[in-house]
Amino acid sequence: MCGIVGLLVKTPAMREHLGELMVPMLIGMTERGPDSAGLAVFTGGAGDYERKISVYSGLLEDGDDFNWQGVAHELKEHLGVSVGLEAKGNHAIFSVNVDPEIVKRWLKEQYPGLFILSTGKSIHLYKDIGTPAEVAARYDFGKLQGTHLVGHTRMATESAVTPDRAHPFTAGEDFCLVHNGSLSNPNGIRRKLEPQGIHFDTDNDTEAACRFLEWRLREGDDLETALKKGFEELDGFYTFLMGTPDALALIRDPFACKPAVVAETDDYVAIASEFRSLAHLPGINHAHVFEPAPEEMYVWKI
Amino acid sequence: MENLTFDLAQTRVSDLNRYLHVEAVKKPAHKVTVKNPDGAHNIAVGLDSPVEVEVIGHAGYYAGGMNKTGKVIIKGSAGTGVGENMMSGVVHVRGFASNGAGASAHGGLLIIDGDAGLRCGISLKGGDIVVGGSVGSFSAFMAQAGRMVICGDAGDALGDSLYEAILYVRGDIKSLGADAQIQPLTETDITSLTDLLQQAGFNHDPKSFKKVASRRELYHWNADANQEY
Amino acid sequence: MDAKTTQQARHLTLEESYGYDRKTLDYIRKAAAHGLYEIRGMGAKRKLPNFDDLVFLGASMSRYALEGYREKCATKTVLGTRFAKKPIELDIPITIAGMSFGALSANVKEALGRAASEVGTSTTTGDGGMTPEERQSSKTLVYQCLPSRYGFNPDDVRRADAIEVVIGQGAKPGGGGMLLGQKVSQRVAGMRTLPAGVDQRSACRHPDWTGPDDLAIKIQELREMTDWEKPIYVKVGATRTFNDVKLAVHSGADVIVVDGMQGGTAATQTCFIEHIGIPTLAALRQAVDALEDLDMKGKVQLIISGGVRSGPDVAKALAMGADAVAIGQGVMIALGCNGDTYGQKGKHLSALDDYAALGTAPGFCHHCHTGQCPVGITTQDEILEQRLEPAVGAKHLKNYLKTLNMELTTIARACGKQNVHHLEKEDLVALTLESAAMAGVPLAGTSWIPGSR
Repeated sequence: MCGIVGLLVKTPAMREHLGELMVPMLIGMTERGPDSAGLAVFTGGAGDYERKISVYSGLLEDGDDFNWQGVAHELKEHLGVSVGLEAKGNHAIFSVNVDPEIVKRWLKEQYPGLFILSTGKSIHLYKDIGTPAEVAARYDFGKLQGTHLVGHTRMATESAVTPDRAHPFTAGEDFCLVHNGSLSNPNGIRRKLEPQGIHFDTDNDTEAACRFLEWRLREGDDLETALKKGFEELDGFYTFLMGTPDALALIRDPFACKPAVVAETDDYVAIASEFRSLAHLPGINHAHVFEPAPEEMYVWKI
Repeated sequence: MENLTFDLAQTRVSDLNRYLHVEAVKKPAHKVTVKNPDGAHNIAVGLDSPVEVEVIGHAGYYAGGMNKTGKVIIKGSAGTGVGENMMSGVVHVRGFASNGAGASAHGGLLIIDGDAGLRCGISLKGGDIVVGGSVGSFSAFMAQAGRMVICGDAGDALGDSLYEAILYVRGDIKSLGADAQIQPLTETDITSLTDLLQQAGFNHDPKSFKKVASRRELYHWNADANQEY
Repeated sequence: MDAKTTQQARHLTLEESYGYDRKTLDYIRKAAAHGLYEIRGMGAKRKLPNFDDLVFLGASMSRYALEGYREKCATKTVLGTRFAKKPIELDIPITIAGMSFGALSANVKEALGRAASEVGTSTTTGDGGMTPEERQSSKTLVYQCLPSRYGFNPDDVRRADAIEVVIGQGAKPGGGGMLLGQKVSQRVAGMRTLPAGVDQRSACRHPDWTGPDDLAIKIQELREMTDWEKPIYVKVGATRTFNDVKLAVHSGADVIVVDGMQGGTAATQTCFIEHIGIPTLAALRQAVDALEDLDMKGKVQLIISGGVRSGPDVAKALAMGADAVAIGQGVMIALGCNGDTYGQKGKHLSALDDYAALGTAPGFCHHCHTGQCPVGITTQDEILEQRLEPAVGAKHLKNYLKTLNMELTTIARACGKQNVHHLEKEDLVALTLESAAMAGVPLAGTSWIPGSR
């Protein structure tokens, strides 16, 4: 049970303010999700590098003091190519020019306690336990730049309060999902996907939805078809907000018990569980504010 | 008439509500303006006097909830459960309303100028609801008594497991719920509609509405009714 | 019988099938005859691990007992200390569970209020609202806010001493209550805004919130309504209790009520009663674990219900970590439920024929749903309801509650406690593997708690 937020800016000038606009949105959802928070930002490209991998060291003993430089150095030695590093506390983003699977395999072998948050050309992902304000301060969310982002505040229902069980969840590359609600058949979904070689990091119901949809996309479904199959397979209550490199997408189950409200102006589209996370946005008084209908797919492109 | 202003950017909702519960009841009818609601929840819940509360902006959940004799006007949209369990008085939303508007209302009048979300008038127990726009799915679910006027369209399963509440719909009904059926308008219905539309400030011809009421086939267990109990 | 058939009968071997025993055959035949599931009253009847499977380690050499008749043993119980300005203060930790006017007669509701007030405890409304009789007779009244919202209104919210948001009941977690037409009298129907005589099926989800994040806002509404004075309870039927209790804490509850599967009901599907939910013993341990996990033990109070019948049951519940218990079925039995007779003007009159007319007998009756209660408790029938005289009922119930409390303090003193709330889990051992695992206490004579990490 949770709060979800999403923001997509339409004008290039606003990209540098993306994080600044988002932080109050995330903090506004503290009561809905006080125990952990997370955010995926789509930066619009990997620069000179092919792939970016967000990694979390908070599950290790040295957590915040983890020697990221050392890992980057070893990785460079191992791969024989240059490796970009952007590190802050228990979080780092490695930029590499090789197949990211090679990097991830190496990281898992050498540093099994590291948790891979996301992989892609555009996505950076942050999540940790703590209040939304604490998590936002920990990673300087206010300074994030990019085209759009997806955020989440969590009130854990069945799976434990741990950083890996916080949202957003990712699967494959450049895809992430946050969820407000509760699925009633996540284990069945999981048992269906595991024989396809799909690996699960946690027992969280949202991870099941995320991996299911990414699997459908990878199998060639377009987003609409994948979501349609989601409606057939995923039982329970949900509002899902998804991010891809060029879009935000939102759907709600037929009962639409979990809230969502959208505010759209010429400059941005903002989505939140409740209006109070949107109230501070510039020009909100003249925004088109509406509630997304159940069973309908909303896609906003950058 | 006295007019007091509470700015929720400066004041807590609890202070507003405490004023309305403790001070407002001692005074003759007066007006309270609420500025910068910014989606705050539980604005003006539990009114128990003929005070008028005008909210300038969007309200969160349960605005005007459990209202008795008060008047709450929201010049913006309202979150989930606006006017829930109200007993009397008026709650008027100038924008749209989220899910469960007027849930379990026992009396009074809820007016929504825009659309209402899902489950509008769920468990209605005698209140009246007039929606200028359309209502979402499962509206009037298990509605027991009272009247609902929907000037736009209705979503899926309108009036599912309806008891004695009466629904009037001007637009299209996507589907009726179990035990709900269209019935011909009677003179009483025309009078009701004329009165409710007038109170809500809408100018539609009462004759352009369809009436939905219960078949009363689910009132008793019946193995032959082919219902999923 | 002629000689030949006698001869045959002697050679019959009556081997009953375990899977298709007579109960199962009866179930299938009933289903075939009616095309509807069975509905009945009371709680789970199947054999379940319960408080009887635990025993206390009384004081001896290592611990010193308190003298049973003189030395004080406090029973005062305070509920709702987390946020409410006016917590509930009770003289004993034994409360009366929510049972509706509708399921019970107005006389019974009055008797409950009188007895509870006399012994200094609380009583609880039920689905269908608050009657003036019970408000008047109850010193401390907990007002339930249920999915149906029948009869729910702001005046009664203001009149109540605490509000209990009911999410589920032990007898039917995930389901709503039922009140069949025969009990929906004019008065009951009026209070619920329903046509008289309908088979009333309550909703299973609240109309204006779903999930703990939205419940947090609903609880805030109730606090705002009452200017943060009254404690807000949250009641859940026992299923995923560890998670549910944590979420109730996150939602802002002052008090959490956990109702195990033995908990009673006026009417619901048998498939619910016997097959959904977990036993009270297991639920209580999970609830306490959840509160301790959040460091909320003692800050958010826990009431356990569902099959709490006796003083030892209360003592064991408190030792396991409950702050109070709520009793429903025990209370009804104290009033005369399932008894052979009913009292009228000081005389005992036989109810056997009326049980027989329902196709049952004292000790087996679960026909609350019919409204034809032979002893006048679960009825709205004008004649039957006279069989329970409020003053007499109140006296019996007061005796019952007093007995329970005396047993509770006797046990607490034997364990060397000057306060019943000082009983602790380590004062208990289990007699069976099942109860040891569920309650999380060691099997007697060992230090083994099956399933513990």
